[in-house]
Parts: sequence; C-alpha cells; structure tokens
Amino acid sequence: MTTTATFARNQWYVAAYSREVGRELLGRTILGEPIVFYRTESGAAVALADRCVHRRYPLSESRLDGDTIVCGYHGFTYDRSGSCVFVPGQSRVPRTARVPSYPVVEQDSFVWVWIGDRDEADPALIPRAPWLADPAYTTVSGMEPLAARYSLLVDNLMDLSHETYLHGGYIGTPEVANTPITTEVDEENEVIYVSRHMADAECPSFYARSTGIEGRITRWQDIEYHPPCLYLLHSRIAPVGVLPNDDGTDPDAFHVEVVYAITPETEHSTHDFWAVARDFALDDEEVSAFLAESNRTVVLQDVTALNILERVIEGERDGYQELSINIDTGGLAARRFLKRMIERGERGAAARPVAVRS
Amino acid sequence: MTDRVPMLRGDSVYRIHWVLGTDRLLGVCHCGAEHESDDPVELWDWLLAHPERHPAGA
Ligand code: FES
Ligand SMILES: [Fe+2]
Ligand SMILES: [Zn+2]
Repeated sequence: MTTTATFARNQWYVAAYSREVGRELLGRTILGEPIVFYRTESGAAVALADRCVHRRYPLSESRLDGDTIVCGYHGFTYDRSGSCVFVPGQSRVPRTARVPSYPVVEQDSFVWVWIGDRDEADPALIPRAPWLADPAYTTVSGMEPLAARYSLLVDNLMDLSHETYLHGGYIGTPEVANTPITTEVDEENEVIYVSRHMADAECPSFYARSTGIEGRITRWQDIEYHPPCLYLLHSRIAPVGVLPNDDGTDPDAFHVEVVYAITPETEHSTHDFWAVARDFALDDEEVSAFLAESNRTVVLQDVTALNILERVIEGERDGYQELSINIDTGGLAARRFLKRMIERGERGAAARPVAVRS
Repeated sequence: MTDRVPMLRGDSVYRIHWVLGTDRLLGVCHCGAEHESDDPVELWDWLLAHPERHPAGA
C-alpha cells in the first residue's frame, strides 16, 4: 500500500440520480467516504457522514423521523445539518456530537456531492449535462458497479477504438482510416475534446429506422471529458453535408448524448453512471428499449474487461511498463489532468490543520 | 488542412491531429507552433515544454 492519494479531493462528484434519493436512507461510499443520503419533507437532498459519532453505527441502516435520522443502535438523533439533537438517557447533548455534512447540488438529474473542503464548494464549477433533464430529449439511464479503479474507466472511455475489439457488433465501427480525429486540450478550463467527424458514412440501420434519414450521413462522435467525473459523448447524425449553424443551433441533425459519471467508490471500485439522451423518436418505446439495452450491454462488457484488468494490476508491483500509441493521445491528457487535480486536492488538505480523533 | 474543425475555443488549447491516412500526429501549440511525431508521449512532452521556449512577444 502506498500513501499517495489516488483520487482528487476538492471536486464535485455524481453520487446518485435524483430519483434514487428520497424518504428512504441511501448509503453510498464516495472517494472512500461512507455517506448517507435522504430527502427532507420539503424535498431538499441531504448528505451526511454515514457513521454515528457514538459507536460508528451506519446511519443508512437507521431510520428517518421527519427530517432527522435516529441511529438504529442507541438512538442518537441528527438533524439535516448533522448536529445531534438528542441522545438517550440524558438531557445534555455533548457539544461535539455531530456528523459532517456534505454540500449537495441537484442538477441535470444527478445529485452532485462535494468531497473536500466545504468552503471551496462552488456550485458554478459543476459541469453540465443539460439533456438529461430537458423535455426536448428522452433519456434512458442506469448505474453499474465496477470492481476496478476509476482511472481504468477513464482510460477506457477516452479511447473509442476499443469498440471494435471489446464491443464487436454492438457499436457501429466507422472507417477510422478516413476519419479525421482531433484531440483538443484546454489547459485553463481542464477540458479534453476528442472529435471524430465522418463526412460521408453509411447510416446504421437503427438510425435509419428511428430518424427516417435515407441515404448516407455525416456522423460525428465527439468525446468531451470534464475531469474528474463527467464524460460526454456527443453523437451527431445528419444527412451528408448538413452542418450545425454558426450560432451552435443544429435543427436538421439528430443527436444522441451519452453521459457517463465516473465516481470513485474506493481505491479499487467505481460507480459507473451512464445515460443516453436523444432528441428524436421521443415517445418511441422501442427506441428507448434498444438504446437502453445496447448501452447497458456495452457498459457491462467494459465492466467485465476492467474487473479483469484491475485484478491483474493489483497483482503487479508498482511501476509496470505500458506502451502508448496514437489512440492514447486523449487518454494521456486525461491522466495528466487527473494527476494535477489529485495534487491540488492534496495541497488543499495539507494547508489546513487536520482534526485529530481520539 | 481542410478537415480541422475546432470544437474548443479557449486561449490555451493544444490540438493534436491524427494526419489522415498516416501513422503520424501533428501537434499544434496554442501559439501556433507545430510539431509532428509518431509517438503521443513525445509529442505531449514537446507541446507542454513549448511555452517555455516561446520567443518574447510571440
Ligand atoms: S452507535 Fe449510534 S447511537 Fe450508538
Ligand atoms: Fe467500451
Ligand atoms: Zn507554443
């Protein structure tokens, strides 16, 4: 075991879909921190440390009483800010009886949680995936547990060329030789964009059926990664030669927005959130079922492969050799940003005195 | 090159184009300087070192 951090603190992470957080207590570990989520009677999402201060019993295994959690072991009762408001058998509540609470923001169908220094939690820093909560789109989504470190999923998603081998038959494979691929890296905003723009491609039968496009298409598949957590795959299909307008509007194309939220659970496991939003065939259940089924299949194929890879890597000593080739250009940039963010998060933690627990 | 479509528009964007039909990568610094390579690691090293070598006023 090394002591160097492997994930970036002082960042926002997707902890859950909004629909998962309700009047039942939800326990979920994020960056190694056990957290309990619930919704107050007035509808606000709450996130508290999932360990009772008394004897460490998980609050997620306890019960809600109005907006308070009553510990399932001896009854310590916490309000939504984490302050203990009742202890059993005595009238005095110890001054230090409180559990940490986490900043949460609900946006784009997700519950985002800030892991790090409370004072630095700025909701404006949360990257957007607006399609997921836009009535002009229909979305299917899910989450798969991954028994592998999140960096393996980042590597996986940053390079789409693995689809030929790992997902043979599931994702249409473009003729890469004729497809300009450009990797763009914005140093200041810490965004990575990998665009594959096919000017003239065959229309996969699924898209022909669901969009009504006849003939050949212009097909774009653009990765936009906002490390550490949010990964977008913009898929654009239009009749050959049809391009977006200069103002960014794009009324004559069809869009599929694939969204992943990559949230470390522990050093060796990850929450793999995935969603697919489309702006066509909005009410077509068959199209929804097809997109849900095919994306879930692809995700599970990746999960299987990455679980294997995790076991191999854990069995090796540090400093193993890899070899990078052209397809890794974007992935290398992602690793560099993640490293930088991890270091930044560690500096933040080091700059402040750490409370010592007795 | 005609096929380059910029998608990010900041002032500090590096671009790497996979040169069509070849195994080569063309890196473009945000200052406009270019460097070609067939190794993405070497290309990134070059690009990230480049601002240090920017001539004054460039
Ligand atoms: S462990 Fe929670 S009240 Fe005792
Ligand atoms: Fe994959
Ligand atoms: Zn330069």
